[in-house]
Amino acid sequence: MESRFVRIAVRVGAGLTLAFLYVPLVIVVVYAFNKSVSGSWPPQLFTLKWFSVAWQDATLKGALRTSVIAAICATGIALVLGSLASFAVHKFAFFGRDAVSFILVLPIALPGIVTALALSSAVESSRTSIGLTFGLAAIVLGHATFCVVVVYNNVVARLRRTPGSLTEASMDLGGDGPTTFRRVTLPNLRTAIIAGALLAFGLSFDEIVVTKYLAGTVLTLPLWIYGNIQRPFNRPIVNVVALVVLVVSIIPIYIAQHLTGTAQGVASVEAEEAGPG
Amino acid sequence: MATASAAPSSARRPLKRRASAFLFRHRGAQLTFTLGPTLSWMVVIYLFSLAVLLVSSFWTLNPLTAQVEHTWSLRNYQTILHGSVYWRVTFRTVVLAAAVTFTDVLLAFPLAYYAARMASPRIRNALLFAVVMPLWANYLVKVFAWKTMLGGDGPVDAFFGVFGWHPGLSSSILSLWIVLSYIWLPYVILPILAAFERVPDSYLEASGDLGARSGRTFRKIVLPLVMPGVVAATIFSFSLTLGDYLAAPLVSKTLVLGNMIDQLAGGTANNKPLAAAISMIPLAIMGIYLLIARAMHAFEAL
Repeated sequence: MESRFVRIAVRVGAGLTLAFLYVPLVIVVVYAFNKSVSGSWPPQLFTLKWFSVAWQDATLKGALRTSVIAAICATGIALVLGSLASFAVHKFAFFGRDAVSFILVLPIALPGIVTALALSSAVESSRTSIGLTFGLAAIVLGHATFCVVVVYNNVVARLRRTPGSLTEASMDLGGDGPTTFRRVTLPNLRTAIIAGALLAFGLSFDEIVVTKYLAGTVLTLPLWIYGNIQRPFNRPIVNVVALVVLVVSIIPIYIAQHLTGTAQGVASVEAEEAGPG
Repeated sequence: MATASAAPSSARRPLKRRASAFLFRHRGAQLTFTLGPTLSWMVVIYLFSLAVLLVSSFWTLNPLTAQVEHTWSLRNYQTILHGSVYWRVTFRTVVLAAAVTFTDVLLAFPLAYYAARMASPRIRNALLFAVVMPLWANYLVKVFAWKTMLGGDGPVDAFFGVFGWHPGLSSSILSLWIVLSYIWLPYVILPILAAFERVPDSYLEASGDLGARSGRTFRKIVLPLVMPGVVAATIFSFSLTLGDYLAAPLVSKTLVLGNMIDQLAGGTANNKPLAAAISMIPLAIMGIYLLIARAMHAFEAL
C-alpha cells in the first residue's frame, strides 16, 4: 500500500528510535565492567572487581533489604485491594463506576512532585494524631496506593475476557458462591494476579519520586543510587548497582509477559497506568 | 442456582454456607465488601493527602520563627502572582514539556507504524516487548546512563569528537530535553501503537479504491483516526515532564517547576506552604490539558 520510499523511510525511522531506546542501556552494561573510576570513553575493560566491592558494602545491602521488604508489603496490600476492586467493577453496575478506575489511576497520572508533596504533607499532619512517621511504614502506604492500579488493570482485563458461562455452569452443577470462586474463578485469574503482583513489585522496587518524600532517614536502593550518583569516586559501584537493578527489574516483566500471553498485557497495563482512566 | 434453591433457612447449616447465601442475596453487602476496602484506602490516603496539600497552600511560613502558621491567608498565591521568577520557570517548564512531547511523538510514529501495520505478528510482539522493557527499567538507572553518555569525555562527546565537535551538553537545558524525551518515550509509543492497530484495513482499501495515493490516505484517513491515541499519548509525556524534579538537577543546571517545588519543600528554604501553592500550577495545567484531551476523545483511546 505504501510506496517503496515510504516503507524504507519508516523502517529507518523505526530503527533509529529503537537504537535511541537501547544505546544508553548498553552503555550501562559496558561501564559496569570498567576498570577505571572515571567515566571517559572508551571504558577500560574488563574487570569484575566492582561487583565484589558492591557486594561487601553493608549500607548497600541494608538498602536492598529495605527495598525488598517495602516492595513485598506494598505488593501484598495492592494485591488484595486491586483484586477486590476489580471484582466489584466487573460484577456490578453502580453509580460512579467509571470514577473508580479514575481514582485508582490518579496517584500515577498526576505530576509526580504533586503526589509526593501531598503524601508527605499528609504524613506530617497525621504525625500528632495517629503517630505515623516518615520511614518504612510511610513508604509502604505510599507505594501500595499507586500499585493498586497495576493489579486492578491486570485482573479486570482478565475478568472481561472470561466468559460468564463458566461461573453459571459451575453454579448449575451445584457449586455455591465460595466454591465457584475457589474452583472456577480463581484458577482462571491466577496468572493475571501473579502478573499484576510482579508488576506491582517492580514498580515499588524502582520507585524514587514519592519514596524520597516519605523515607525520612530510611534508605532504599533507588535512594542509595540517588545519594551516590553525584559522587565521582563511587561511580564504579553505581555502575554495577545500575546493571544489577536493570537485570532484576527486567526479569519480572519478562515473566509477567509470558503469564499474560503476549506483551500486550504488560503494555496495556502500562498504557493505562500512566494516564487518567 | 444452588444457593437460591438452598435458601429455606435451617439453623444447622454451617456458618460459611449461611454467609455465602447472605452475600448472594444482598448485593449491596457484596459490593461493600469488594469495593469498600479499596475505595476507603484511596479516599483516606490519597484524596485526604491532596486535600491536606490544598489546605496547607493557604498557610504561611513565619520568616522569623521558621514555623508554619496555621491561619488562612492568600499570601502564597499573591507571592506567586507578583513574582516574575515563578512565571518564568512555569513558562520554561511548559515549553520543555511541549518540546519533549513533540520529540517523543516524532520518534514514536515510525516505530509504532512499523510494529502495528508492517511487521509480522512475531516481530510485532518482539517490538512491543522491546518498548515495554526500557519503560520498566529503573528511572534513576536511565538518568544515570545519560549522565554517563553526556558527561565530559563520555561516549557522546567521543562520538562527535570524531568530527571535531564537542557539544558540551553535560549541564545545559538541552541535555534535560534529551533525557526526559528518552525516559518518557515508551509511554508515548504504546498508545500510538495501539491507535495504529485500531485503524481498519478496509478503510485504507476503500480510500485506495477511490483513487487516493498513500500520502493522501495517510493524511485524510489514518491521521484523523489515530489522533485521539496521539493526544492520549501526549498526556503522559506532558504530565510526567511537569512533575519531574529529579532529572533536572542531575543532568542540567536549569530550574524547572518540579525542582523549584522540591527545593522549597525541603532543604534550607523549608517553605512547605509556598511549595504547596506552587504545586497547584502543574495541577491546574494538567487539569486544563485533561479537559482538552477529553474534548478530543482521547480518553476513549486509552
